[in-house]
Amino acid sequence: MREIIIISGKGGTGKTSLTGAFAHLAANKVICDLDVDAPDLHLLLQPTKERSEEFYSGHEAQIDGELCDGCGLCATMCQYGAIRENGAGFAVDPVRCEGCKVCVAFCPMAAIRFPERHCGQWYVSSTRFGPLVHAQLFPGAENSGRLVMVLKQQARELAKARGAGLVLCDGAPGIGCPVISSLSGAHLAVAVTEPTPSGRHDLERVAGLCRYFQTAFAVIINKFDLNPDETARIEVFCHDESYPVLARLPHDPLVTEAMVQGLVVTELPESDFSRELGQAWSRIEGLVRLGR
Amino acid sequence: MIVSVASGKGGTGKTTVAASLATIWDGPVLGVDLDVEEPNLHLFLQPAIAGSETAYMTVPAVDEAKCTYCGACADICQFAAINVMGQVILTFPEMCHGCGGCIAVCPEKAISPGQRELGEISWGQAGKVGFLAGRLRVGEAMSPPLMRLVKVRLDQMLANGGDAIIDAPPGVSCPAVNAVMDSDVILLVTEPTPFGVYDFQLAWEAFTPLGKPMGAVINRAGLGNDAIYRFCQEKGLPILAEIPYDRAIAEAYSRGRIIADLSAGLRETFVSLRDQIRGLAQPGRSREAAHA
Repeated sequence: MREIIIISGKGGTGKTSLTGAFAHLAANKVICDLDVDAPDLHLLLQPTKERSEEFYSGHEAQIDGELCDGCGLCATMCQYGAIRENGAGFAVDPVRCEGCKVCVAFCPMAAIRFPERHCGQWYVSSTRFGPLVHAQLFPGAENSGRLVMVLKQQARELAKARGAGLVLCDGAPGIGCPVISSLSGAHLAVAVTEPTPSGRHDLERVAGLCRYFQTAFAVIINKFDLNPDETARIEVFCHDESYPVLARLPHDPLVTEAMVQGLVVTELPESDFSRELGQAWSRIEGLVRLGR
Repeated sequence: MIVSVASGKGGTGKTTVAASLATIWDGPVLGVDLDVEEPNLHLFLQPAIAGSETAYMTVPAVDEAKCTYCGACADICQFAAINVMGQVILTFPEMCHGCGGCIAVCPEKAISPGQRELGEISWGQAGKVGFLAGRLRVGEAMSPPLMRLVKVRLDQMLANGGDAIIDAPPGVSCPAVNAVMDSDVILLVTEPTPFGVYDFQLAWEAFTPLGKPMGAVINRAGLGNDAIYRFCQEKGLPILAEIPYDRAIAEAYSRGRIIADLSAGLRETFVSLRDQIRGLAQPGRSREAAHA
């Protein structure tokens, strides 16, 4: 079984639109949206949910005002500034609480409860391109890295059960915890970039991350015609680092048109964009030796 | 006053808006990059860097000569960063959230504060605009600890007055909430596409509980559909500025230009945005009130 993750460093370069198109082009796969924080792939794939599970992760401190004697030790020990006197007594700000348990363990009155934190939900769904494993972290919640691990595990088991040779994952922007989680076990990371100073800068950082975790890395340059000089710089970088450039895609409002219709770009009438994307997919199949 | 520029979806124009606002600001202002995973503000402001420091967080350093393997540290740790198995104690510093629980709980005082490198904090000046940024070490999973340290320095830099414009990370989970939670006004930048609207709604849900004044900036206006306008109207969220969908703007951005400098009309858009932000800031709660 092969696992491919689409990432970018910088957000908004086209990860999800391209993952949706690859989900259309790839045979016999399980699709997985690992951008659990701001997932968008379902907007293209219109999934029918078949299984829904709660995601609990970590705990949250809550002070019982009846038991609290107001000594303030918790507020002194909290490293996150999450406990404050609010006039009516001490209270925990759930946004700042990391769930570290220090206040709970040291409270002389045992006045702090520590319930599990309900952080989101995850789903197994069916779509016109095959099964989709996806989630929604509650807005403002944490532990996205752990939810990413849960989704990957589910997607792998589903792929095994169905004899699917591929898990195709849409990743999150950035280089932090959810992205690091999504790289574990991946056979190839495909980075989608754009020829802008931010696009190139962030590509270099995410490439560094993949080198750090020894994940094979390839690049797609989206909107390449926006700035040919910047595109050339990205190509030089890829050449110097031996990263394959899989495609140069034009800046084309077709991508947004498809999105507005709830379709992927390869479902629209054939275009330069979709032809180039088809070739990119063949190259990806070659790189991960799919079906061999 | 601290203004944070956030978005659910990445690539909607946070950095564009933050750089433009800082450039046209009429008074002392700091441009602050809290998108520490993929910091880009410097690419547009091009500051002269005056200083920098390596940022660390506290992780456990165990003196095995004093350790009795009682396991109290492992019991309190919620992040599996310290483990005791028989006569062996193991630490996993990359898992540590820096709560200090193990250090405080150890009856033998065998654990002292060690360090994990988080990244770098740098500061400088770009013309009239001050500059401050965090840059996460590639391979470091947690961005909030570095963001907290950047904010400590921000408070010092604002001690003598002035305003700050924060470029926040994308998404709606812990890093994004950490970036915006100490600001006086939150700007949500989006584009009127289905992805933009969906993630905008998540951002609105995540940030509403913070109780800060919020306003929307619609970038690439004219693209997509009108769902974002309906959502803002329904929620009573003011639309403070619209930046038209224009290939010339995208090309200028791709050359690292600040778009408020492109035309008198765009400059006026940002001047008007600035004035409306001032109107939104609650005078009683803003830092500005002290010297208004």
